[in-house]
Amino acid sequence: MDTAPAAKATVHAQNPPKRRALLFLVLPPALWLLCFLVLPYLGLFIQSFLGSDDLGNVVLEPTLDPWKAFFTKTLYRSTLLYTFKIALTVTSLSVLFSVPLAYFIAFKVRRWKELLYSLIIVPLWVSYIVRAYAWKIILGREGILNSFLQWAKITDAPVEAFLYSEWAIVIGLVHIYTPFVLMPVYTAFEQIPRSLVEASKDLGAGRLTTFFRVVFPLSLPGVIAGGTFAFVLTLGDFLAPVLLGGTDNLMISNVVQNLFGTSNDRPLGSVVGIVLLVVVVALLETTSRAEKSFASLESGRGRLGGAR
Amino acid sequence: MKSRFDLPTLFVGAAAAFVLAFIYLPMVVVVVYSFNPDAVNVFPMRGFSLRWYRMLLDDEQLVSALRVSLLIALGGTSIGLLLGVPGAIALARHEFPGKRILERIVLLPLTLPGIVTGVAMLSFFPLIGVPVSLLAVLIGHGTFLIAITLTQVYARLRRLDPSLEEASADLGAPPLTTFFRVILPNIKTAIIGSALLSFTLSLDEIPVTFFLIAGDNTLPIQIWAMMRRGISPEVNAISTLVFAGSIGLILLGTALGGRDKE
Repeated sequence: MDTAPAAKATVHAQNPPKRRALLFLVLPPALWLLCFLVLPYLGLFIQSFLGSDDLGNVVLEPTLDPWKAFFTKTLYRSTLLYTFKIALTVTSLSVLFSVPLAYFIAFKVRRWKELLYSLIIVPLWVSYIVRAYAWKIILGREGILNSFLQWAKITDAPVEAFLYSEWAIVIGLVHIYTPFVLMPVYTAFEQIPRSLVEASKDLGAGRLTTFFRVVFPLSLPGVIAGGTFAFVLTLGDFLAPVLLGGTDNLMISNVVQNLFGTSNDRPLGSVVGIVLLVVVVALLETTSRAEKSFASLESGRGRLGGAR
Repeated sequence: MKSRFDLPTLFVGAAAAFVLAFIYLPMVVVVVYSFNPDAVNVFPMRGFSLRWYRMLLDDEQLVSALRVSLLIALGGTSIGLLLGVPGAIALARHEFPGKRILERIVLLPLTLPGIVTGVAMLSFFPLIGVPVSLLAVLIGHGTFLIAITLTQVYARLRRLDPSLEEASADLGAPPLTTFFRVILPNIKTAIIGSALLSFTLSLDEIPVTFFLIAGDNTLPIQIWAMMRRGISPEVNAISTLVFAGSIGLILLGTALGGRDKE
């Protein structure tokens, strides 16, 4: 295990006590992360090139079969596309929901600001599973929404279509992941110098023009960061689809879960896991670049110049 | 910036109120219906009852799941602190080969989907003699909690002037004295904040735990199992307690850690 680049703390020019202190500080976490994180990821990659016997046990025979299976069976491609579609919907709705609330708290509230800010932070810390469950008791056949609709005489029989549908997944995920978008969007709004907004108004721009040409462009780094959170978290979600979408609306992470569970095909499961990983890394890399390029507009040149 | 409450403001305000309601209403529903006297969640509710809370106390599996979760959270948080704080100091104050790689590796458990980390650990841990078990769960939690603590403490150290430590060293204080009397007081709130964050995240963790667990469930996995068996108002009651617990931890965090949690 001494091949760990991070663990190889060979310090040359420093004095011995400092060097010993450094080893003492860096070796334990570096070794831990190597053994319990880097090697497992590496193992997953290797496993995606291995075969399995009739019982589904992984055997040490290199093969490309799992990758061939992934690229030839349409199930995986269509599930991946379906997952992207859901993730895109969830991301768009989360952003759409976050912008007015974050804007309102950042620009329109003064006295209750601290409290409202806490209110948007708190859900980040509150149990995922319980928040998904809340929608189950609301949307279920014998749920509160159906019961309410019948009580209010809007419908006379329970509506079946609420739960176990694509929309149930989307609503549940938007509910769970909107706070992750709210926070960076709010931070971005807060960082906009108020003088810029005033300047825009003084120069005769209306509210809408000011919002769309000054405020919103400046909040883009936050929107992109938040949107990325929502998208990536949706890609990795395998509980909400089962809880709210039932058996007909499985997403890519459910495929991974099944291949490591009931279907017991770990090499193929590893392939799907690696694909998911590559998608996420590529996405994070792209959006962090986009964030930076938009953040550089804050210097006051770029798009702001155009607004003037 | 004195704005009258005119039409556009009202419109934004209404949208903001709608979104806030969308976030909070479902949680309120769960809390209200935990006091439902009936076994079915009907609207309007017919009375008030604590029967589901009484049922919780007798549910041995649930009580044991809570105990398991608390132990894992305590252990995982300790691992995070013991390895994360030194790691943060090393990354913030020293130069060494492989530093860049370590910086990137630390972020992996926070950025990559938990399910991938979960199946990777599930496949690898048995090879190094750790079968699926609570020990595996503990190692899994410890790993991402190192990342949490390290990034939080690192952020604080970056804002702290290193000349304080240099002054301490120049005045003859050995490294440990400098740590306890100069560094630690300055990063204390970051440590407390990340410990509470770690504890909360561990109590709520599912994607990694899901794959490493064998037999003894943690609380969220037990709740998940109860939900899959069907809707029982007992789940409303335990959910309400989980809400109360998370909010208690947040309040504790704000009281102890001050404002600088990001």
